[in-house]
Amino acid sequence: MIEPGTPAPEFTLARGDGEKFTRADLEGKTTVLVFYPFAFSPVCTDQLNLYQEVLEDVAARGATLYGVSCDATWSQTAFREQLGVSIEQLSDFEPKGETCRAFGVYHPGGFPQRALVIVDPDGLVKWSYEAASPGDLPGANLIFDGLAT
Amino acid sequence: MTELSSAPVPPLGPEDHVRGPADAAVVIEYADFECPYCALLSVRLAARALRRAFRHFPVRSSHPRAWPAACAAEAAGRQGRFWEMHDLLFADQGRLEDPHLWQRARELDLDLERFDSDRHDEQVVARVRRDFESGIRAGVVTTPTLWAAGALYPGKIEVGTLEQLERGPGRDTRYHPLRSDKKRNE
Repeated sequence: MIEPGTPAPEFTLARGDGEKFTRADLEGKTTVLVFYPFAFSPVCTDQLNLYQEVLEDVAARGATLYGVSCDATWSQTAFREQLGVSIEQLSDFEPKGETCRAFGVYHPGGFPQRALVIVDPDGLVKWSYEAASPGDLPGANLIFDGLAT
Repeated sequence: MTELSSAPVPPLGPEDHVRGPADAAVVIEYADFECPYCALLSVRLAARALRRAFRHFPVRSSHPRAWPAACAAEAAGRQGRFWEMHDLLFADQGRLEDPHLWQRARELDLDLERFDSDRHDEQVVARVRRDFESGIRAGVVTTPTLWAAGALYPGKIEVGTLEQLERGPGRDTRYHPLRSDKKRNE
């Protein structure tokens, strides 16, 4: 996966309102990208619920956290609404997985690896982490470790 | 700003709710009162000779009543009845709305006005949050998670594991990272 110190690649994701989210949206702020395999799957559910609980603490560090998956925007929105979380979702649905591939987190099974990428305000990858398997849920402590680096 | 980077599970302190034989192996639960696996673990722990501490780990979007229930337990604790409220909450997880909490307070003969004031007290909320944050820093990601013999045991915990912990030393307060062979609830 993409290594710290590497410039974030050019990419295009879809926001919930259909607008594009690109590399330009990373500039000027710290961004935490949470790549997760599937909306509505059990571990992804636990992961977004857990991270929601520390979202204010992430914001207090000047960072914005997003969920990224290859699900369609409509599915992501339904997922977010069903959970009752406010974490903005970004869709890598079409061309499927292109952004995940650019960040080196596309699983051969056709979904994102469970991974965390922190990009600094200059667009450089500050920290990255890939779970040992898609079924492993990275603790929220790791995000704060990454933000503190 | 609250520190949330990685840190060991804090050892038992004066703020912890602890019960069980003083000479038994120590286990620390990170749990919430709306979590069915936590209720199951509580029953299983009660059957074991273990010295157990309870720490709150409520996640609102998973279990919306976990936070109010945690604060209710702490409010009962201010009247010396934490464990009684703990048991009553786990005994009936389908009834965790405010009237159900008041009913339990009446059942324990608590000062109801004080109970209701205490459960909204900012120090009570902060107390619950401190438990949660200690779990976050230790890498807790789900409930229940048991810390015992220097390791974290996330998710549903089998009786055999508890039997082993009961036999083990259980007083090792050194930190070990999350076990790689963890089992999840699903």
